[in-house]
Amino acid sequence: MWKLLQIELFKIFKRPRTYIAFGAVAAIVFLFQAGMKFDGKSYLDLILNSVSDSFEVSDDFKGRILNGYFICFAILNILLIQMPLLVALIAGDSIAGEANMGTLRLSLSRPVSRTEYMLVKFTASVIYTVILLIWLALIALFGSMIIFGTNTLVVFRAGTIEMMEAGDVMWRYFAAFGYAAVALTTVAALAFLLSVFAENSIGPIIATMSIVIVLTILSEMNIPLYDKTIKPYLFTSHMVAWKGFFYVKADPEGTTIRGSIHNLPAILKSMGILVAYIMLFVGSAVWVFRKKIF
Amino acid sequence: MKIVTLISLLLFPALYAESQTAEELVKQVKAKLDLVNDYEASGTIKTNVVFIKAPVAKVKVYYKKPNKIRINNESGISFIPKGSVNINLSNLFMNNGNYDLIDGGKDATTGYRIVKLLPKEENSEIALSVLYIDEKTALIRKARTTTRENGTYELDMTYGKYASYGLADKVIFSFSTKDYKLPKGVTFDYDDGSKNEQETARMKNKTGRVEIVYSSYKINAGVPDSVFKE
Amino acid sequence: MDTIIRVTGLVKQFSDVRAVDNLSFTVPKGQVYGFLGQNGAGKSTTIRMLLTLITPDEGDIEIFGMNLRRHRREILRQTGAVIERPDMYKYLTALENLRLFATMSGMKASEQKLMEQLDQVGLASRAHSKVKTYSQGMKQRLGIATALVHDPGLIILDEPINGLDPQGIAEIRNLILSLSRDRGKTIFISSHLLSEMELIADSMLIIDKGKKLVEGRVRELFDPAETLVMVKTTDDERACKLLSQSSLHASVKEAGPAGISITIHRDEIPLLVNKLVELGVGVLSLESKHSLENYFLSLTGGQSYVEAAAN
Repeated sequence: MWKLLQIELFKIFKRPRTYIAFGAVAAIVFLFQAGMKFDGKSYLDLILNSVSDSFEVSDDFKGRILNGYFICFAILNILLIQMPLLVALIAGDSIAGEANMGTLRLSLSRPVSRTEYMLVKFTASVIYTVILLIWLALIALFGSMIIFGTNTLVVFRAGTIEMMEAGDVMWRYFAAFGYAAVALTTVAALAFLLSVFAENSIGPIIATMSIVIVLTILSEMNIPLYDKTIKPYLFTSHMVAWKGFFYVKADPEGTTIRGSIHNLPAILKSMGILVAYIMLFVGSAVWVFRKKIF
Repeated sequence: MKIVTLISLLLFPALYAESQTAEELVKQVKAKLDLVNDYEASGTIKTNVVFIKAPVAKVKVYYKKPNKIRINNESGISFIPKGSVNINLSNLFMNNGNYDLIDGGKDATTGYRIVKLLPKEENSEIALSVLYIDEKTALIRKARTTTRENGTYELDMTYGKYASYGLADKVIFSFSTKDYKLPKGVTFDYDDGSKNEQETARMKNKTGRVEIVYSSYKINAGVPDSVFKE
Repeated sequence: MDTIIRVTGLVKQFSDVRAVDNLSFTVPKGQVYGFLGQNGAGKSTTIRMLLTLITPDEGDIEIFGMNLRRHRREILRQTGAVIERPDMYKYLTALENLRLFATMSGMKASEQKLMEQLDQVGLASRAHSKVKTYSQGMKQRLGIATALVHDPGLIILDEPINGLDPQGIAEIRNLILSLSRDRGKTIFISSHLLSEMELIADSMLIIDKGKKLVEGRVRELFDPAETLVMVKTTDDERACKLLSQSSLHASVKEAGPAGISITIHRDEIPLLVNKLVELGVGVLSLESKHSLENYFLSLTGGQSYVEAAAN
């Protein structure tokens, strides 16, 4: 099993396509960081507009808000919506790409069971996803920390401003990246399932992207009819729950409780739903694959 | 005569105090505050605003005559309400005599002397300041300031070791907040389904409080001007 | 163990098409076994069933004396296969491709061993080139190398010469012969070209519409006594008459505007020509075909085998 996994990882990391995602992530992060470095204050003005009447909003204050933690949080907000597309690039190719190259039959006529083959393939996609996230963490989190320094993280929500002191942030990022890994694995699992049905990789990649885009739009739509009926069941609604790690609890006087999470059960529930989707997608993929004629 | 005075002092302290005019009292308060040329104070700041969840932060407050003040968060970021420069009380008298004093008598519950300051200047930012002065100690216990632009804010002071300089150990700055609402496109929001009635009820409270607790002051030790630069 | 593959009563139905219909055959050890049939005859389906890529509806497959369903892993460990025309991993080098498949077969191959393998298929000098720079023939040879990399006893090749140029065909042919003769491998090879199979196969199985038509040793199937000769002469009528009276072991099957078809022993063809000339009948053209070939051609829709080879 381990040997097979090594082969899969070798294949993934030997192909140029794999690095598109790493390059894309780096480009987006770099552009955002550069933008924030030179014009971050204008970006903040937009957000701070609604508090500038009641509070002192000096340049020094804005500069403090624009710290590495904040920059990373803003990057994740933008990027984690796009990352599924990058994950689909590899996971969607996983089986279909082999079918297209004619190597799938060669592989399946080796002494490897189909279930084993599928699990190895999927695991390789997950590892790729995790490595992509580690890369993101390196440049978006640690990179921003180096460029912008660290300070209290201020998270602007629609109705509240959540603040957590610098020492209370890092673990939240670890948790958020962990959650993001699960969220992206869900997309990988979907792409993987679609990959089983196709003979070339373009189909599953585009299909995955389309599904994720449509469902994300549905999740973001504010139509009361959908709020209770459809949205709670869409995996895309739960993919953004990593943000929950940055929503804190406060005591009655409004003081942030260090180390607290505002609604941990909601996060865990979302995570449970994602895990259920992963099992459903991967389980179906393996089932279909086992039945399939090659 | 002396004895009479002494007895009257003992028996009717309030009566005696009443005899002091508002001007005299303010003068006395100012005299105390004037002892301070500058200070550097360390303490903690606690923000209590309905829509803000903020950690308690360490602050350094710098003051220099006549009106320079700066609150520096040493450990992070704090939302400092507008008008909070007046946590330094001498700023209340900034217009240096350019105001009318109105004696408001005594407060029924606390017994503090109420003195109202009305700036003479028409376009002064401050419309009215109401001071509650403890006559015995010549310390301002409470100050309510109404501004033209930024609403009304209130200061509550508790004194300790630095009372002789008119410097409080604890200042509670209360102010009215405006609605905070960000459009969804701008925010970092996600709906975790946890909006409840209690939360929205709490949100209706429009008064914010910032509490600064000073642990130490370095008085008249000199504060460089550079501190007050942005 | 003299039988490597034993297939009994194999059936596979795809919706309304019976791709393989009650097929039985045995592949003896150490032979090159030709598996013939026109396109769509059921060859690929059979091969895929041998490799567990398709599950049969009925029937049994035994390889190396073991039931394929129950001993899939052990059997596949000793089997090498190239199915259709794999493109291989184009972004990897030949050596990397080979190492990958060796590992998949549960084998840890040294670089030296892998290079030897590439050398055997004539790719050693290009071992470090990416496969995307390879010609179709080179990819096919690399495919065969991947089938050989774990030193299997049985090698299954599905249409290995399909799409190759004559030189490529010759290279593969020589490779197959050397694997069989020098290394004692059993090779199960499918093709739709009888001429090619005739050159390399020891035994042969011909199927059509999923059913077995002929199975046997090539030597016996291609009995020289059964050679079919198509002759066009200056006077076909006279030629027929003369032949029936001659001492040659020839029998006239048919005489028509296209000429006379005669069944004759291959060794007697020169005598036949001499005889006709001696008797004053000019020979305009003569074409010899084995009767099996004729039979096979009728199956493939009458294509001549020059045309078939071009496909």
